[in-house]
Amino acid sequence: MLCPEGRGVITEGVDLRGPAFHAVSLFSHEPRDHQLGAILQTRTNLGRNRIFQPMTRQHMGPRNVEETITNEASRLVSTAAIYLPEDVKRALRNAQEHETSELAKKVFGSMLRNLEVAEAEGRPSCQDTGTVIFYVKAGDKFPYLGILERALRNATIKATADVPLRPNSVNIFTGKNSGNNTGESIPWIEWELVPGSDTAEVTVVLKGGGSEGPSIGKVIPPAEGMKGVYKLVLDDIFEQGPKPCPPVVVGVGLGPTVDIAMKLAKKSLLIDIGQRNPDAEISKIETSLLEAINKLGWGPHGVGGSTTALDVHIEAVNRHPASFAVGVATACWEDRKSTMRIDPEGKVEFLTHQFLNRRNA
Amino acid sequence: MTEYKFTTPIGDEARNLRMGDVLYLTGTVVTARDAGHRRALELLNRGEKLPVDLHGLAVYHMGPIVRKIGDEWKVYSAGPTTSARLEAYEAEFLEKTGARIVVGKGGMGAKTAEACKRLGTAYAIYTGGAGALAAKAIRRVRGVEWLDLGSPEAMWVLEVEDFGPLTVIIDPEGRNLYDETRTRIKPNLLEAYKMMGVPF
Repeated sequence: MLCPEGRGVITEGVDLRGPAFHAVSLFSHEPRDHQLGAILQTRTNLGRNRIFQPMTRQHMGPRNVEETITNEASRLVSTAAIYLPEDVKRALRNAQEHETSELAKKVFGSMLRNLEVAEAEGRPSCQDTGTVIFYVKAGDKFPYLGILERALRNATIKATADVPLRPNSVNIFTGKNSGNNTGESIPWIEWELVPGSDTAEVTVVLKGGGSEGPSIGKVIPPAEGMKGVYKLVLDDIFEQGPKPCPPVVVGVGLGPTVDIAMKLAKKSLLIDIGQRNPDAEISKIETSLLEAINKLGWGPHGVGGSTTALDVHIEAVNRHPASFAVGVATACWEDRKSTMRIDPEGKVEFLTHQFLNRRNA
Repeated sequence: MTEYKFTTPIGDEARNLRMGDVLYLTGTVVTARDAGHRRALELLNRGEKLPVDLHGLAVYHMGPIVRKIGDEWKVYSAGPTTSARLEAYEAEFLEKTGARIVVGKGGMGAKTAEACKRLGTAYAIYTGGAGALAAKAIRRVRGVEWLDLGSPEAMWVLEVEDFGPLTVIIDPEGRNLYDETRTRIKPNLLEAYKMMGVPF
């Protein structure tokens, strides 16, 4: 589906008919000249409006549904790169208010100023636009299961060209960059089946490279129990210090095996900042572990301060009697995530960035 | 915390910087990441010249999002990358290029600190993740070298205005704010253990 000669051209900036050209040309019912014109227009028309053009839906057939989902998912990815969700922005503003060090306040000041510039000018807030990861909760009665993977892949290619995003997908062995943020199993898609539902909820996470550093998957002696978990997390955040772009969001997963624990830790990063685990006991632990992490004193970007983490989320499932697996994952201060829901008619509602819906009205 | 505004070429005014100071740069900043540092050292060690004379300039650990529009490069986002990866090269790089300020994020190690002391240079961080804000400080892309390394690794020659705030982490006395912070806050880790009932 991808033309090999289209790879890598975005970075080199030489050929305007880059991955976007190939992405859009999937819909072969449209004339080619028209496509190229649209892309050229997109690329010369810098500003916030260009990625938020609503779709027209006069003739919604199956082919058009794929086109709609692709385009709306592309807006989802673009939005995640430019606009932080409200919960994260609120947490950052709150953190700035509570800092007492002048330097820490200044660092928060540039973070918040950066977000304003990104939004006003439609630029990616961080140049590391991450690995594109989708978390899909799809109902077993959702009618477009079969096209979703292809749509999300093409949406990634389109968003990479439109925003633009930095091409961050390189071959493990050769280091060759695909140029369009796709590759073997990339974008990565985490599927979750929801029995009885006929909708699909799609969350995109743009996962930067720096904040992968603190990730841990480890089996601790069951005798250590939660004390062992706390020590692992505190040592990790202390050791990593300024490297993962703090204040971070910390996700902790607990279960029988390391893959389960890690998956839980990662998924917990999707939870809104400030939202506590429904289990009262876990909720209490989240609050006190956050307090303990912020006692460390690294502060924003390690310049010293009272906010090293914006939040801690813990997800726990039953474990094996002989195995206590812990997963620790972090998101950097730019916790980039964005969610949309697709209904059985193929219509899309944006959940985290609701201003996108207004433009659809 | 003193605030400085430097214009390139930077001379011995760099020696005034102390860790925790805030700095704004105007003039020429040249990017170099892993592959860029390696290539620069290869050329210099063969006795060849770099395409850009880095004396008195700032070197920036950064791989931008860029696109060429007509004859002009447009920089969309340009925040720093993790400097720790460059620790293996930086001391030799500073010594052989004469660059006066290093900008990155996340901190650097003892070899770089020793070089800063010996050469009167400093390592400063730009706010990690603030790529849009950084791009706004870039007035113009003056040129690009080594595009064969891929766009993030190429050497971008950027004209900047009031690029900052940069926080000085390693100063020309060789002091390292991150190392000293780590030592200073170590008792906090024990305090945090205590808060969570962790035996130590």
